[in-house]
Amino acid sequence: MKTVTTDTGPQALGRPITVEPGTFPETIWSEQVAWIDRVPRVVAMAALLFLVLFLWWAVHHFEVVSRIILPSPAEVGRDIVVVGTNILSGGYMLAALWMTTKEVLWGFAFAIAIGFSLGVLVGETSFGERAVLPYLVAIDTMPKVAFAPLFLAWLGFGIASKVALAAFIATFPIVVGTAAGLHAADENARMLFRTLGASRWQTLVRMKIPTGLPQIFTGLKIGAVGVMAGAITAEFLGGGKGFGELIRVAASQLQTPRVFSLILYLSVLGFLLFWSVILIERRLVFWHRSSVTGIDDRR
Amino acid sequence: MMQSAIPVAEQPVGRSLARPVYQLRNVSKSYGFGKIRALDPVDLDLRQGSFSSVIGPSGCGKSTLLKIMAGVTPPTTGSVILEGKPVLGARREIGMMYQQATLFPWLTAIDNVLLPISIRDGKAAANDRRSEAQALLELVGLKGFDKVYPRQLSGGMAQRTSICRMLITEPQVLLLDEPFSALDELARDFMNIELQRICLSRNATAFLITHSIPEAVLLSDVVYIMSPRPGKFLEAVPIELPRPRTLEMMTAPEFGDYVRYIRSRLDEGAVTA
Ligand SMILES: Nc1ncnc2c1ncn2[C@@H]1O[C@H](COP(=O)(O)OP(=O)(O)O)[C@@H](O)[C@H]1O
Ligand SMILES: [Mg+2]
Repeated sequence: MKTVTTDTGPQALGRPITVEPGTFPETIWSEQVAWIDRVPRVVAMAALLFLVLFLWWAVHHFEVVSRIILPSPAEVGRDIVVVGTNILSGGYMLAALWMTTKEVLWGFAFAIAIGFSLGVLVGETSFGERAVLPYLVAIDTMPKVAFAPLFLAWLGFGIASKVALAAFIATFPIVVGTAAGLHAADENARMLFRTLGASRWQTLVRMKIPTGLPQIFTGLKIGAVGVMAGAITAEFLGGGKGFGELIRVAASQLQTPRVFSLILYLSVLGFLLFWSVILIERRLVFWHRSSVTGIDDRR
Repeated sequence: MMQSAIPVAEQPVGRSLARPVYQLRNVSKSYGFGKIRALDPVDLDLRQGSFSSVIGPSGCGKSTLLKIMAGVTPPTTGSVILEGKPVLGARREIGMMYQQATLFPWLTAIDNVLLPISIRDGKAAANDRRSEAQALLELVGLKGFDKVYPRQLSGGMAQRTSICRMLITEPQVLLLDEPFSALDELARDFMNIELQRICLSRNATAFLITHSIPEAVLLSDVVYIMSPRPGKFLEAVPIELPRPRTLEMMTAPEFGDYVRYIRSRLDEGAVTA
């Protein structure tokens, strides 16, 4: 681009590239990948499942622990079919599952509404950060399950106390995620919005919240796990008509295969909730790396 | 505190008659309740259509000065006048660019360009300017990239998109904080020539912060030299090379003279400060 100019005009300083003559062997090689990293995903998952089932079967077969405590995989498998049939035919287990689902969904809805509002208060205002945040941190360090008897005393043994504990547990990660997310925008982005004369509301809605969505969704995913734990814990402690109550009753009658199969169906519910959060995240946060698998997958 | 003794810069012939657009008088800034003196008092006139650069060691208060001029940060002392009116906050006449492109990853390139309109005048107004934004992207060589998201753009392409975002509001004044210093040298030369073309065609007034002496000489009518922190203006160097400037001029002896002179003055500033 820059040419050296002399009195006689531009002058070429370069020369053709020459190398020593001769022939060399091809050096084509490929990078070594350990065999365990080459196993396809489906095979890897199936192999791991098989291994766990085999160990389970072995422990049961050789009576390493009492067969009352640990039923065989086959017994659990048969009970999964029994419970599945009851649920699909609209039996009492479906009603219990629906009850727990309602608790979880209501709990999550309250947690999102309260958690997001508190998160904006803490992340956006210095009053929130200085006055509200210390109290939230103090409450967050307490074991929240310990509040369950209080909620039962206040709200009774119906659905309300379960929703309350579920929401209570799930609110904090959403507050933290939202507040952290609102701080994620960098100095340049803030300055750009200020030079454009953007209002506080515009800055929040058009810049800070979108920038913070990855953190907000991290909070929502932790909350989605917590809301399940809260609902089931409240059912264990406060009875009711949900799935947690079925588990408690089965366990007290030492029907361990039933406990296992109920937990499996419960985990389907938890998985569906978690997965719907991830699906929404993928739609909204399509521009962020972590939105594909839910974890940051840059190696 | 000592008043800056540097007189308002002599303007090169032909532009000296232009009226001052930006006027700074006794503008200084301290942070931390006067503990950190970031910028000593500065006096400055920027004339309509002129291109000025500021060069100085890092931490000498260049970005601080720019933020004060943009109405983003209030000065500790002094006054900033733009088009005869004091700057007391964001002003529509101003367009800004920083070292980072600062595009928003959830907006397509064209929506990033239209963001200033959409913030200032609403989404409907932004939609009306869509074809204009398209034309700007074409102007900087990004034809067909309007619906692309920023993460698919290279650093240079992102920076060109952010130029379009600055230009869409048709600013009369461009405040540029090391806009191309993250780019490689080839891209940077190209962008500098683009920037000159844009400024000349719009008769815009530009104020550029840079670390590169050749870049400052290439683009400017006046180069201001700043001392280390707390920054003050040491000297104004008028660059009397013809316009439009070309990259070939960078090899001319006069160009080298300017570069050497500015370098020596910067070194002296570093020693005496
Ligand atoms: N918000 C701030 N609070 C405190 N000190 C600051 C702030 N911004 C800049 N400074 C200080 O002011 C000085 C000048 O900073 P800056 O204007 O960014 O310098 P430059 O752009 O020339 O590198 C630096 O010493 C920096 O540490
Ligand atoms: Mg700076």
